[in-house]
Amino acid sequence: MSAPITVTERNFDELVLGSEIPVLVDFWAVWCGPCRAVAPVLDEIAQEYDGQVLVAKVNVDEEPGLAAKFKITSIPTMKIFVSGREEKNLVGAMPKVAIEQKFKEYLA
Amino acid sequence: MHQILIIGSGPAGFSAAIYAARAGLKPILFASSVEPGGELMNTTEVENFPGFPDGIQGPDLMAKMQEQAEKFGTEVKYEDVSEVELLGDVKKVMVTSGQTYEAKSVIFATGSAYKKLGLPAEERLSGHGISWCATCDGFFFKEKTIAVVGGGDSAMEEATFLTRFASKVYVIHRRDTLRASKIMQQRAFDNPKIEFIFDSEVADIAGSDSVTGLTLRNLKTGETSELEVQGIFVAIGTDPRTRLVHNQLELTAEGTIAVQDQSSKTSAKGVFAAGDVIDSVYRQAIVAAGAGAKAALDAEHFLASLED
Repeated sequence: MSAPITVTERNFDELVLGSEIPVLVDFWAVWCGPCRAVAPVLDEIAQEYDGQVLVAKVNVDEEPGLAAKFKITSIPTMKIFVSGREEKNLVGAMPKVAIEQKFKEYLA
Repeated sequence: MHQILIIGSGPAGFSAAIYAARAGLKPILFASSVEPGGELMNTTEVENFPGFPDGIQGPDLMAKMQEQAEKFGTEVKYEDVSEVELLGDVKKVMVTSGQTYEAKSVIFATGSAYKKLGLPAEERLSGHGISWCATCDGFFFKEKTIAVVGGGDSAMEEATFLTRFASKVYVIHRRDTLRASKIMQQRAFDNPKIEFIFDSEVADIAGSDSVTGLTLRNLKTGETSELEVQGIFVAIGTDPRTRLVHNQLELTAEGTIAVQDQSSKTSAKGVFAAGDVIDSVYRQAIVAAGAGAKAALDAEHFLASLED
């Protein structure tokens, strides 16, 4: 069983950019209703795609540097990184199938 | 087969569920996977819902409604409805995970979705300075200059809320009077960070990778002007969510689901509707809650008539 990991400015490069599998990064905050709504969906994805997709979470309150670096102005924002490159930018909470469609093409 | 399926989890859906559950109808309520709780989930303080003299946070109010609905036996499914079949005696509701639910009656309480401005730049800059949720995104505009588009209660609430973060908030409205309630208007007028730009619409949004400014068009003079902002919050109203029922239920000229007289009865037997999906005028939580109660009572009556 796999759960989403929490990433910080310190380990972002190593865990996200250095990952061998695609990474779905979720920028979120506790005060954001839609972020809370999409959290269980991300838990499910982390579990179902264990070993295929890494789900990483960035708390924008605690990581303002990362939020600024990626010019986040809306949350939840989800980004898909493949081999260290940002491939997709998803804005807003969306159903599981919609998120799956965005990363399916990158699965091995 | 189920007695009753309820689609939607705002005040209309949960009020319908409370009534239907208390009537012993064991309702199933589809709350969607990522938008359970409906529109109040994105608001802060709700001050006009009776019974809460000190106000209540929108998400807390919805949690209480859900708790009350579940207490009497409502089953809440966090599923997205993909398709419905409403015209036969057996109503079918399909969810995206592949399951089909069958019931004798259905209540539609799908609410409404935020309207977009309809500008080409909107899609590209969405999440890069264009937002529909002040409570989610206000945080990112600390000491920035932003604009709120709209003249209703939501626009006033957002503008007032955003002054906690922004150094300046422009409210851009198509007319020279506001639709918002007096108390909300006054709060915005009294706020020194808020400035109103009347009789104007957003003609274009500038910015390559994030919003840098707006082109405004004065609707009385036709003149255009530029306004430098780093963010824009859109609160120009909503459209009823009727995509699922377009070919099956009669709609009104306003695009809402048509109901008969004072009732919640739609054009299909055994199908009822409540909340913002039937209401383009009032659009209030308390009105939606009342409509939800009516829909459950109408459904209960309909189900009883099937037994005769």
